[in-house]
This record gives sequence, structure tokens and C-alpha cells, in this order.
Amino acid sequence: MSQPPLLLTNATLCDPAAGRQAPGHVLVREGRIADIAWGAALVAPEGAETIDCAGHVLSPGLIDMRAFVGEPGAEHRETLASASAAAAAGGVTTLVCMPDTNPVIDGPAIVDFVLRRARDTACVHVLPAAAITKGLAGREMTEFGLLQEAGAVAFTDGLKAVANAQVLRRALTYARDFDALIMQHVEEPDLVGEGVMNEGEMASRLGLLGIPREAETVMLERDIRLVRLTGARYHAAMISTADSVEIVRRAKADGLPVTCGASVNNLVLNEGDIGHYRTFCRLSPPLRHETDRLALVAALNEGVVDVIVSDHNPQDVETKRLPFAEAADGALGIETLLGAALRLVHTGDIALPRLLAALTAHPAKILGREAGRLALGAPADLTLIDLDVPYVLDKRRLKSRSKNSPFDEARLQGAAMLTLVGGRIVFRDRSFA
Amino acid sequence: MTSAPTPGFPHRHLLGIEGLSRPDIEALLERADAAVALSRQVEKKRTTLRGRTQINLFFEPSTRTQASFELAGKRLGADVMNMSVASSSVKKGETLIDTAATLNAMRPDIIVVRHHAAGAVHLLARKVDCAVVNAGDGAHEHPTQALLDALTIRRNKGRIEGLTVAICGDVLHSRVARSNIILLQALGARVRVIGPSTLLPTGLARFGVEVFTDMRKGLAGADIVMMLRLQRERMNGSFVPSVKEYFRYFGLDGDKLALAAPDALVMHPGPMNRGVEISSEVADGAQSLIREQVEMGVAVRMAVLEALATHLPNA
Repeated sequence: MSQPPLLLTNATLCDPAAGRQAPGHVLVREGRIADIAWGAALVAPEGAETIDCAGHVLSPGLIDMRAFVGEPGAEHRETLASASAAAAAGGVTTLVCMPDTNPVIDGPAIVDFVLRRARDTACVHVLPAAAITKGLAGREMTEFGLLQEAGAVAFTDGLKAVANAQVLRRALTYARDFDALIMQHVEEPDLVGEGVMNEGEMASRLGLLGIPREAETVMLERDIRLVRLTGARYHAAMISTADSVEIVRRAKADGLPVTCGASVNNLVLNEGDIGHYRTFCRLSPPLRHETDRLALVAALNEGVVDVIVSDHNPQDVETKRLPFAEAADGALGIETLLGAALRLVHTGDIALPRLLAALTAHPAKILGREAGRLALGAPADLTLIDLDVPYVLDKRRLKSRSKNSPFDEARLQGAAMLTLVGGRIVFRDRSFA
Repeated sequence: MTSAPTPGFPHRHLLGIEGLSRPDIEALLERADAAVALSRQVEKKRTTLRGRTQINLFFEPSTRTQASFELAGKRLGADVMNMSVASSSVKKGETLIDTAATLNAMRPDIIVVRHHAAGAVHLLARKVDCAVVNAGDGAHEHPTQALLDALTIRRNKGRIEGLTVAICGDVLHSRVARSNIILLQALGARVRVIGPSTLLPTGLARFGVEVFTDMRKGLAGADIVMMLRLQRERMNGSFVPSVKEYFRYFGLDGDKLALAAPDALVMHPGPMNRGVEISSEVADGAQSLIREQVEMGVAVRMAVLEALATHLPNA
């Protein structure tokens, strides 16, 4: 498949891997970055299409390490096609889909199915994460080796934590032999109990049962001890508390192969956003106190938090239009990931290259992908970002099949104007002709 | 009862005590005093709600609250319909929204709702066009209970300002405790909360109350002792080890009551577990206001219905 060369001129190039941001131009050929000119002009080769980037930021495409897609099994909520369309519109060029499907992604045939469906229907790269345990039941290990060969990029029990310490110990031990990445949802289920939001004054006032921060920290500390024992690569999928930041900081200082993510929701929202029982803000991990949010933002700045994820989890009316305690966890996120995360740039909490690193270079490194950088020869997975365009989010215009966005009617600033996957334009904003 | 001397009630619904101002609360108590007088007459009926339809929608079984709302509505002349929705399905929430839409189509003027989930009444209020009264939502609020408690205290002590009120027992699961804490503080009472730590919500001190885990200390000098019901499923090992141990440390008996002020009064929202949180000796004793609370319940609910009626179309 041969495409004409594409010249992206007059851009503000941002290479988060190098922490570099300056005006420049990029030439895309055969799906890869064929030339980069920082400052100086590039001459368009013959037959090249030229796009004037109007000074907007050209970044590597976003890599979202945590998205739930309803295919197979819950296509009424989301398909690979709809999730990838939402991703493209949000500047995301690679998404890691969680194994919480029906059937569960716990065997090579299902990995193969997802990859084939993605190849045929999705417009961005879809990388399946496989289950750590069969059926996500938390008991028997899956075939790490065969699953990796089939294309699984990581192992996680998705919404569930591997609660049994012996099972996790064996999984970590076995994973090390295959250099497999274990991604844990750090929430101790017994301490979560019937809790539905952050434990504390807010929950007490709303009459809702709380989830203590210790549900996260107890499991995180246990897991890190097991990482110390086994030496496996471990990624805490999402941390949400100030104490967790300290735990991860210590593990990293000790040289353990530990990384962690944070949901964009926990970085820009807090428990107060639940207001009068907004179920779209019912999440796992729950939205925490403002002090936790600030600690996460600081940790992102320091690099203790490696990646930002959307934790995209489409839910429908039947699971969300319920009393808070009876509703399902989860919120849409992949299409609003960039706009929501840019709040941290506009408030001055974080510099743009730093933020984009957590959305591109860092997840690429953890997943062992060559994308996520703006460099010669890198895949032309690119996102052009208008940092300043203001808008009020209208959930009816989201491309997802579900509408449970916590940012509905929120004022956001900054959005993807153009998204390229392998040099091909997969999204172009209507305002960007 | 005439509504002339009391200021207007600036709310369309009564979803909780939170959000009510002190004048709002005092105006409701004034109306309720008048309703008490009316209810003690031979002719108990008024026409304030004549032609209006009131639906009591109870997702949780309740005998006394439902009867109280029914009587209150009828004394004001409303047509009252009781709907008890069986509480078995896990998909209750769907029923809630669907039921709300269905009932709304029947054009009621007031819906009184009790639901086992916190916030369910707020959710329902957003889906209907009529006035909504919260008759208890999960562990969140039970505003008419707090109002009737305040009315009972005020009529017996002459005031609420400056009194020390001790709320004892399972505060964690109690909507009565939450509504009472907010209301009593709004009217200037000092509120103490007493219970084992497993039954106290976190962040309780930030409600501005004094917290005690030793009942004897918490009761010292209290003017009002308000007991809470302990649900049977929480008695055996999950939150407290046994009924016997609970009664020993947190049950109100004559010995413990003697530590409160000599003229202390005892309250309980009912239904009581005799021998669990309260002894019969105290429940039926001279300091008990428990029967009177029931009478005040009808009066307060009349006051609430009447106040909300001022916002009904064509009122």
C-alpha cells in the first residue's frame, strides 16, 4: 500500500521523549517519519500532499494503556470500531484493550480474534491485554507465553485485582521468565467491601459507604514486596492516593521494576464532583480528596506517576441511571483524555512536554513499542493539537456508543485537530480544513 | 391552621434537612404546632390539599412512617394512595426510574418516597414534575423524622438552642442521625454522637459534633438522649460481636440514663429493639418521649405537605 508523501508544515513540534518543543516541519513517507526539520523549512517532495498545521502542536499520537471495549460480548456498549473512532477523535493512536470481555481474553484464540477484528474495523492500533488468571477468576494462571506470541502486550485482570497473594506470587514469578508485564488493578476487594466512593466526610454526608485509601495502599505495598521477591515487571494500573505515591516512589528508589499510572479522572476531578449522586463520577478507584489529587499531579510532574490513562469504560443507561450505590463503576474517557488532561497545562500545574510524555513516550516504553516519539524512522502515529480551542463538551457528539462522560457539559480547552495512524489520516476536526 | 403568620417555604421538594435555613425549619415547626392543635380536635380535617393527589411510594417496608404520611395527607384533604414496591429485585433502580415515569403520568401533586439507596429520592425528584418528600433514603437523610424530633424537644423543653443532645448507636447506617445532626446544629444545640467505632462514619468530627465511644462519658449531663435502632443483621459479629455485649456498653438502661441530666428526656425513632439498644424500663419510663414522637410525626408531616402545597400549580 503506497501513499503519497505527506508534509506537515508550520507546526510546533513536541517530542516528549526528548522534552523538546520548537517550531518545525515533518515529512511522512510510507507510514513513518521520513524527515524532521526543527526550525528550518522542508521542501515538499514531488507529489507530496501538504498540510499547514497553523502553528498547532504536533505530538506523537497518544497511547492509552487502559480502555474497556465491549467487543466481544457487550457490543451494545462499545465495539472496536466505535472505541477506535472515539480514540482517533481524541488524538489517541494506540489503545490497550482490557480482557474484561465475554468471553474473557484469556486464551490465544481470543487475542487473535480481537486483533483480526481490530485490523478489519478499527482505525487506530489496538493492543490486547490478556488476563492474568483464567476467566478473571483469580485462581489459575493463563498461558503467558502463548498469549504473548499471539500478541498480548500485557497481563491484567482488568477491573479486578489478583487478590490471592499466592496466585500473584506465582504469576509474577512465571511472568519474569517471559519478561511479561503484569498490570494490577490495585484495590483490595475485602477492604472495598460495599464501598462506593472515597471514605471520608463527603461519603458520610451523602450516606454512602466509603472505600478507604488503605484498600489501595495495602495491596500496593503487598504487591511491591512480591515484586522484590520475584523481580517481575509490575505496573500499578492506576493509583489514586497520596500515600500510594510515596509507596511507588520508594519502590522506584530501590530500583524495583515498578511503574504506575493514574486515571485522568483522578488527576482533574475529586470526590466533590459527585455532587448530588452523579453516577458518571462513580469510578474505580474512586475519586479521592483534593489533597490526593494534588499529590498525584505533583507525582506526575516528578515522574513518579509514569502514565495517564483514560480508564475508558462505556456504560449504558441500564447500569448508570440508578441510585449511586446500585450503579456500575466506570466512565467514558478516551475521547476526552486529551482535553481533560490539558486542564493541568492550562492551570500551570504541568508543562506540556511533561504531560505528553505521560501520554506517549512513557506508555510506549513500558509496553515496548517504537511509537511515542517524534524521531526519524518512528511510526507516523501523530496528533495535531490545538491547545487553546475552548468548548463545552456535549456528550451527544461523542463517538462512543455510550454516553457516560463525567465531563458532559464541562468547559474544556484544547483538542485534537488531526490524527494520523501509520501516516494515514484517521481523524480531522471539522474546524480544521 | 392558617399559613398567614409563617413565611413562605422556598423549596419545591423536601429532600433533606441539608439546604434548609434556620427560618425554613422554624417556620415548619410553627406550622406543626398548629397541626398538633388541629389533630387534638374532634374535627381534624382541613381542605388545604382538597383535590390534590398524594402518592406514598415505599420501596422499603415501613408501617409507622407510611401511616403517618397517609394520615397527614388525609387530614389536609388530599387523596392518598399507598404503593409498596416489593424489595427483591437487584435491578431495583430500573424500577425506580420506570416507576417514577409511570406515576408521573398519573399527575400526582405530591410523591412521598422511601428507598433503601442513598440519593434515590434525589434521582426520582429529577424525573417527576410534582413535589417530592423524602421519607428516608438509605443512610442519607430522613428529614421529617428530624423535624418531628425537633418539635418534640421544643414542646417539652421550650427551646433547642443550648441543649445538649446525645445521639447513640448505629450512626454509620442511620439516616435519622444525619438529618438530626444537621437540624439540631442549625437550631443551636450541642450534639454529641456515641457509639462503637465500627458503627461511626469516618469524618464524623468534621460534622461539628463531639464523638464518644464510651457511652457513660457521652451521656454525662445530656439534656436529650436519642437512641438509634440497631439492625438485626449487624448484631452478630459483623459490626458488633453480640447483642449481649452491645447492650452492656451501648444499651440505654436506668443506670446509664442516671448519668444524664436529672431532667433528661429519652427518644427513639422506632421501631425499638427492647433489650438491644434500650431497656423496657427506660422505654416505658417517665423520661420517655417515644409515644409523643409518634403524635408529632403526623403534625410535622402535615406541616411539610402544607408548606409544599404553596408551590403547587394553581395553589
